[in-house]
Amino acid sequence: MNPQLPLFPESASALSGEVDLLFSIWCVISVFFSALIAGLILYFMTRYRRRHPEDVGANERAAIWLEVGWSVIPLAIMLAMFAWGTRVFFRIYRPPKDAVQFSAIGKQWMWKVQHPGGQREINTLHVPVNQPIRVTLASEDVIHSFYIPAFRVKQDAVPGRETSIWFQATKPGTYHLFCAEYCGTEHSRMIGWVIVMEPQDYENWLAGGATGKSMVASGAELFQSLACVTCHRAGNAGDTGRVARGPALEGLYNRQVKLADGRTIIADDNYIRESILTPTAKIVAGWEPVMPTFQGQVSEEQLTELIAYIRSLGPAGSAPAGGGQP
Amino acid sequence: MNTSAAATPEPTTAETAFERPNYLNAVYGVRSWLLTRDHKRIAILYLISVTIFFALGSLMAALVRLELLTPEGDLMGPDTYNRVFTMHGIIMVFFFLIPAIPAVLGNFLVPLMIGAKDLAMPKLNLASWYVYNIGAAFTLWAIFNGGVDTGWTFYTPFSTNYSNTYVVSTALGIFITGFSTIFTGLNFIVTIHRMRAPGLTWFRLPLFIWSTYATSLIVVLGTPVIAITLLLVGAERLLHLGVFDPKLGGDPVLFQHLFWFYSHPAVYIMILPAMGVISELVAAFARKRVFGYKFVAFASVGIAVLGFLVWGHHMFVAGESVYAATIFSVLSMLVAVPSAIKVFNWTATLYEGSISYETPMLYALGFIGLFTIGGLTGVMLATLGIDVHVHDTYFIVAHFHYIMVGGTIMAYLGGLHYWWPKISGKLYPNFLSRLSALLVFVGFNLTFAPQFVLGYLGMPRRYWSYPPEFQVLNVLSTAGASILGVGYMLPLFYFIWSMRYGRKSGDNPWGAVGLEWDTTSPPPTENFYTMPVVTQGPYEYNREEVHNRLTQEAPLG
Repeated sequence: MNPQLPLFPESASALSGEVDLLFSIWCVISVFFSALIAGLILYFMTRYRRRHPEDVGANERAAIWLEVGWSVIPLAIMLAMFAWGTRVFFRIYRPPKDAVQFSAIGKQWMWKVQHPGGQREINTLHVPVNQPIRVTLASEDVIHSFYIPAFRVKQDAVPGRETSIWFQATKPGTYHLFCAEYCGTEHSRMIGWVIVMEPQDYENWLAGGATGKSMVASGAELFQSLACVTCHRAGNAGDTGRVARGPALEGLYNRQVKLADGRTIIADDNYIRESILTPTAKIVAGWEPVMPTFQGQVSEEQLTELIAYIRSLGPAGSAPAGGGQP
Repeated sequence: MNTSAAATPEPTTAETAFERPNYLNAVYGVRSWLLTRDHKRIAILYLISVTIFFALGSLMAALVRLELLTPEGDLMGPDTYNRVFTMHGIIMVFFFLIPAIPAVLGNFLVPLMIGAKDLAMPKLNLASWYVYNIGAAFTLWAIFNGGVDTGWTFYTPFSTNYSNTYVVSTALGIFITGFSTIFTGLNFIVTIHRMRAPGLTWFRLPLFIWSTYATSLIVVLGTPVIAITLLLVGAERLLHLGVFDPKLGGDPVLFQHLFWFYSHPAVYIMILPAMGVISELVAAFARKRVFGYKFVAFASVGIAVLGFLVWGHHMFVAGESVYAATIFSVLSMLVAVPSAIKVFNWTATLYEGSISYETPMLYALGFIGLFTIGGLTGVMLATLGIDVHVHDTYFIVAHFHYIMVGGTIMAYLGGLHYWWPKISGKLYPNFLSRLSALLVFVGFNLTFAPQFVLGYLGMPRRYWSYPPEFQVLNVLSTAGASILGVGYMLPLFYFIWSMRYGRKSGDNPWGAVGLEWDTTSPPPTENFYTMPVVTQGPYEYNREEVHNRLTQEAPLG
C-alpha cells in the first residue's frame, strides 16, 4: 500500500475493478444527494431566517407531485443499483468451471490452507496469477471469515457447513488476508498474506516445499481406509456379484439427485458433507438409510479431502480425474 | 396545537406561574420519587438511569479509541479490549439507545402531547423503570466480575461454547430489560389509542406521537424474539441443548436469523423516535406545518412494517443462499424510501419558514445531515456486490454510528434542549449549548468519516491491533472522538447547572404550538389545569398567537 492516504485499497482481482466502479458510482450518487440536502438547508437557513421574533412561516402548499417525485426517483435509482449490485454479487459467487480447488480451514486463531497438490501452509496462501481459484472454507470451532480486501471478496467459514469463495488474481504481489468475523481473543492476529506469483514462480515454490499427497489422493486413501468403498462402488454390482448397498459416486458432484422423500437437490459440497456426517438427513431415492454417521471420526481437513476426491470422480468407469495439478 | 379558548390556562405572569405547585415541587422526599406514578417523574428517573449508562458506554468507547491510536495492541490486552468493545455495544444499544428517547422524552411527552393526565397504566410505567434497573444490575454485575467478550451480537457457537466470560448473566440482564421496553411500548399504544383529548383525531397528532406509536408496535412484536433467542443461548451454554452449535447438532446461522429478526427492527426502535423528535423541532423552529404531514406519519408506519423484512441483509456473506440475499437486498432498499421521504419533507418544511437557530434546531439540522449520510451508506451496504467487500469492516461501524449516534443521539440531545424548559422550567446558557451542538457535529464527523475510508480499505472491525498503514485514519478518528466527548460533556454540566442557577424559562420560551406548551412549565402533576379540547392540526402557527405567547411569557434572551 502507498505510504500516502489512499482512498481505495489495491485492486488486484478480475472482479475488484467492477466492485470499485459500483462503489464509486454509489459515492457520486450519495455525494449528489447529500450536497443537495445540505445545499437546500443552508440556502433556506439564510433565505428564510427569522427576522422578527414573532414571525411565523408561510402556510404549507401541499404538493403531491413533489412527494411522488422524491419517492419514485430514489426508488428508481436504488432499483437500478440493486440490479447492478446483484449481477456483480452473482459473479462473485459463481466460480468459473476451470477454477482450481484450494481449501482453507479456520481455527482459533489461524487459517490452515491446503493446495490441490497437498502442500499445506498456515496464514499464507500462495497462488498463481491469472488463474481462477476456488477456496472451500470450513471451520473447526467458531465462525471465521476469509477476507482478501485487494480482491474485494469475503466469505464466512461456518462450522458445520462448507462454504466457498473464488477469485482470479490479476497482479503478482503480496496482499492482506484477514479474519473478518470476530472469533475471540486473537481475532486480530488471525491475519496473513496472499502471495500472488507468476505461474513459473508458483511451480518453483511448490517444488521447493515439502510435498505431501495431493488432496484428491489423500481423499482417495481415506475413501479406502474408512471403508466407504465397500458400499459406494463403481457400478452397482461389484466383483463379488453382490449388489452394492450405496449409490456409486462417480459423476455425482453438482448433479441433480432425486431423494427418497421426492425432493430433488444438487449434490454440492454441503450435500456431500452432510451425507458423510448425517447420512440419514437426505436419502437418495431407491436406497436404504443404512450408512453410519462419520461425525467425530473425520476431521475438517479429512472432510475437505474426501469431498475433493468425490468432486474429482468423473463419470462412472473413468479413472479419478483432477489429480495433483496445481 | 391550538386549543379552544377554554383550554388555555388562565393568563399568568411568569412569576405567578412558578408559585403554582408543579410536578417537581408538589411533593418532596426520596419516597415521593421512588414510588411516583407521575409519568414526568418516571421520565426523570429514566433520564438519570440512561445518563449513567451513556457515561459508562462512552467511557468504553474512549478506551477503544485510545487503544486504536497505535497499530500495536499496547494499552490493554486483547481479552480486555474484546470485553471493552462488547460492553460498549451492549450498554449503548440495550441500556441507552433503545430506552433513551421513548423512556425519557416519550414518557414525559406522550401524555402532555395528547392532552392526558398520565399514561394509561402509571404503575406499569413505574414497574418498567424498576425492571430496567434490575436487568441493568445483572449486566453491571457481569461487567464488574470480568465482563463478557462475545460482541453485542452474541454470535454462536462462540457465545455458547467457546467464550469463557459472563455470557449468561449479561444475556439475562438484556432479557429482563426487554420487559421494561415492552411495558413502556404497551403503555404508549394503549394511551395513544384511549386517552387522546377531545377532538384530537389521528391526523391531528404530533408526528412524535406517530413515530412513538410505530416504535411501540416494533417493541411489542420484536422484543419477545430476542428474549427467546437469548434464552436459547443460555440453554445451550448451561444445558448443552443443541440449538446453535453444530457439534451439538445445531445451526449457528439460525442464531443470526433469530438475532437479527429482532435486532434489525431494533435499529428502527432507535431511529423512529428520533425522527419524531426532528419533526417536532423542525416545525417549531421554522414555525411552520411539517411539509407532507401524512407522508411523514405513514412513513413511520411503513418503516416499522418493512423493518421486519430486511434482517437477512446481515448475512450476505454468512452462507445464506444467493437468492435469499437477492430478496433481502431489494427489501432493504425499499425500507430506505420512507426514510428518504422524511428527509425531503423536513427539508421542504424549511422552505418559506421563519427559521431561528436556537440550540435544538442546530441539533436537528445536524441530525438531517448525518442521518442522510448514514442512510445513503446503508443503501450502499444493501447493494450486494459492495457488501461482500465491506461487510464486517469499519465501513459498517461508520454507517451504523452515523445512524445511531449521528441520528439517535443528536435527536435525543436536540429534544432534551427543546423540552428542557418544559421539564425543568429553566433556561441553559445559549452560547455553551450552541457550542456543544457544533462540537458534537464536528467531532462526530471527524470520528466516523475516516472510518468509512478505513472500511473500504479493508480494516476489519473488532481488531485490537491492525496493520500500520491504517494508523493515520485511526488517529484522526480518535482525535474526533475527543472533541465529541467534550461536546457530550457540556450539556451534562449546564443542564445540572441550570436547574439551580438557570434563568426561569417562562411557560413557552420558543413561542411553539403543541398541547405540551399549552400548560405551565414545569407542568402541574395533573398536566393541565383544564381539560384541553383540540380544534385543529398540530403545527398551526399564526402570527397573532405567537405574539400573545411571547409577550405573556418571559422572552428568551
